[in-house]
Amino acid sequence: MDAVILQILNGLDKGSAYALIALGLTLIFGTLGVVNFAHGALFMIGAFCAVTLNRLLSLSHQVVDETQKDFLGNPLKVDVPYVNDIFGEATGSAIIDWSVPLAILFSIPVMILIGVIMERGLIKHFYRRPHADQILVTFGLAIVLQEIIKQIYGANPIPTPAPDAFTGSFDFGVLLGFDPNAVIYPYWRLIYFAFAAVIIGAVFAFLQFTTFGMVVRAGMADRETVGLLGINIDRKFTIMFGLAAAVAGLAGVMYAPINSPNYHMGMDFLVLSFVVVVVGGMGSLPGAVAAGFLLGVLESFASMNEVKAILPGIDQIIIYLVAIIILLTRPRGLMGRKGVMED
Amino acid sequence: MSKSNVTRRGVLRTGAVAGAGVALPTIFTASSARAFTNEPTGDTVTLGFNVPQTGAYADEGADELRAYELAVEHLNGGGDGGMLSTFSSQVLDGSGIMGKKVEYVTGDTQTKSDAARASAKSMIEKDRAVMITGGSSSGVAIAVQGLCQEAGVIFMAGLTHSNDTTGKDKKANGFRHFFNAYMSGAALAPVLAKEYGEDRKAYHLTADYTWGWTQEESIKAATESLGWETVETVKTPVGAGDFSSYIAPVLNSGADILVLNHYGGDMVNSLTNAVQFGLREKQANGKNFEIVVPLFSRLMARGAGESIKGILGSTNWHWSLQDEGSKAFVQSFGTKYGFPPSQAAHTCYVQTLLYADAVQRAGSFDPCAVAEALEGYEFDGLGNGPTLYRAEDHQCFKDVLVVRGKENPTSEFDLLEVVEITPRSQVEYAPDHPMFSGGSLGSCNSGA
Repeated sequence: MDAVILQILNGLDKGSAYALIALGLTLIFGTLGVVNFAHGALFMIGAFCAVTLNRLLSLSHQVVDETQKDFLGNPLKVDVPYVNDIFGEATGSAIIDWSVPLAILFSIPVMILIGVIMERGLIKHFYRRPHADQILVTFGLAIVLQEIIKQIYGANPIPTPAPDAFTGSFDFGVLLGFDPNAVIYPYWRLIYFAFAAVIIGAVFAFLQFTTFGMVVRAGMADRETVGLLGINIDRKFTIMFGLAAAVAGLAGVMYAPINSPNYHMGMDFLVLSFVVVVVGGMGSLPGAVAAGFLLGVLESFASMNEVKAILPGIDQIIIYLVAIIILLTRPRGLMGRKGVMED
Repeated sequence: MSKSNVTRRGVLRTGAVAGAGVALPTIFTASSARAFTNEPTGDTVTLGFNVPQTGAYADEGADELRAYELAVEHLNGGGDGGMLSTFSSQVLDGSGIMGKKVEYVTGDTQTKSDAARASAKSMIEKDRAVMITGGSSSGVAIAVQGLCQEAGVIFMAGLTHSNDTTGKDKKANGFRHFFNAYMSGAALAPVLAKEYGEDRKAYHLTADYTWGWTQEESIKAATESLGWETVETVKTPVGAGDFSSYIAPVLNSGADILVLNHYGGDMVNSLTNAVQFGLREKQANGKNFEIVVPLFSRLMARGAGESIKGILGSTNWHWSLQDEGSKAFVQSFGTKYGFPPSQAAHTCYVQTLLYADAVQRAGSFDPCAVAEALEGYEFDGLGNGPTLYRAEDHQCFKDVLVVRGKENPTSEFDLLEVVEITPRSQVEYAPDHPMFSGGSLGSCNSGA
């Protein structure tokens, strides 16, 4: 029982990341009709926003410490961050320690800007082209973005720790009456789940309760009519693209402490997120979120030793297996609407 | 306008005939006088450096390439000569190899076997490389070693730690200086027993390919012989990204030690995950829970950041060693590049020198003569104490380092501290040891 609860918890944070990425993918697909293979790269860039802010805050000047020697026997040069000079050592280190939460604020404008540039600069030229062209150009874009990041930050993962206050893990087992240590879960992953829930809620509220959201939803349903009513739907959709980029970016920022960011982390998530979108139903936002969590939890269960003992290798194919079953029984996915991608 | 007989067609025809005429003699000499693959005929010799320049191990590959460039510089008489002065064999004098200036070409393995074979093949056929070296994955090393055997050139393996490289997949044309999984187990197990006690229960997470399998087998055998029990071994896909679903069940499994048979990005991720789950602050079976990473590298330690502190592992070489060879190498590498070399850089530099030295001693670039010169060769002054290139399996035997993630690093390179230098005698094994059985060297191929 405790193992089951543990794997459900475990699936939730992975599911959160899938859900956030799939949400953005569906938003873009629903509004602009574009299949955006560069969306995983936006997630990756988000994670590197955290890395960048961490580096910016840690920018240092060198002070020669005569008492210590470096590896060649010369006096050791010690790095002193500028923030320490400005705010004093205690505040300075606290700021660097909190760089990941601070990166949330930093990443929103950056990601919206990147999203808008991507949409205006490249993707808008592909609206009327076949989906195959869109896939090729966005996939190419993803590779370009990935290589740029690799050029700047190198190929190895870069550790980007969460604030010290959030290290360690929470003992759920004790709450539920199990032995201590039976069900433990890292604090930061719990925060990630809560954060994802808030973001998903905020996006839904934005679409449901604002005029802007109403127009966008109307545009998703019938772009032409909304245009005929004199509403500049293209502009609204550009903003939606920026918003979707920001959602992917935020998912990336918060994910940085969970797995050290590297340049190909976006690709790892992208493929699965597409499966999530298809399983959830093309164009359905609640479907994307539900399928994200569902597949995250299933993936977790499949990697349990008890399950692998019966079905070896199941952990690597479970998602695709479930996708096949769902699509065979419900060809439009869990919550797919009629008419989407069927014309 | 003057009338001329020169036409475009005529020029082309003459050019083609002349070109063929010039090329003809070389075509004949190249095929008829060839004693072995890519025999160097001019006053230069070309070596092929096959390292991951893109992909997950690109940083490791970059460090290997720096080491190769440094080795070439030293062989050609540039720089401060590095280990040439400390190497026990004093036949290299900075005048190239057998008087021929050393040149090199590089290939990108992408850490993929097929890409690595393609780039090695291109360097052999197009660039006429007489020796191929490099790599930072055992899958790649084994694939390229097989190719070099077929092509008739020497392969000096770079960073490859699987037992199979000089075990069931060993080849007469292939040589490994780097240590292997068996040696890691033999060196690490006594230190683990000393530090953590002999009554321990271990849980293995293992990368699902040749290197992971042999390392799990080696560590398991070595620790079990000291009284440890192995609770569970779980194979994880290479590049799994998030290992939390594999880490989560560990604490409740009855184990009190987690062994991570992962390397590169996988190791960084699995270790970070394990530390996030708070394993290191937990108690199990009344003991402190501990994590072990049998194969460490400084580049990985940098990726894992804080998580690495206090964790035990083994490594082939570390820049803080105080023997003359290591000091000379760190000095010239550090002066040229501004930071200390990694273990991958060290093994690649040493392999290049060992190859050059063997050619010089054999008096020929013929792979069979070079192989003969390397087989059973005893040397010293290259950083790991007296070393033997064993004739039976082309594996180097030397001291192995047990290291620990440093608690208070003074710089981003000062991440590991040497706990013990395990003497060579303790990591030696018979050539027919069951973990290495199944293959045979075969006979050397010179491509003639």
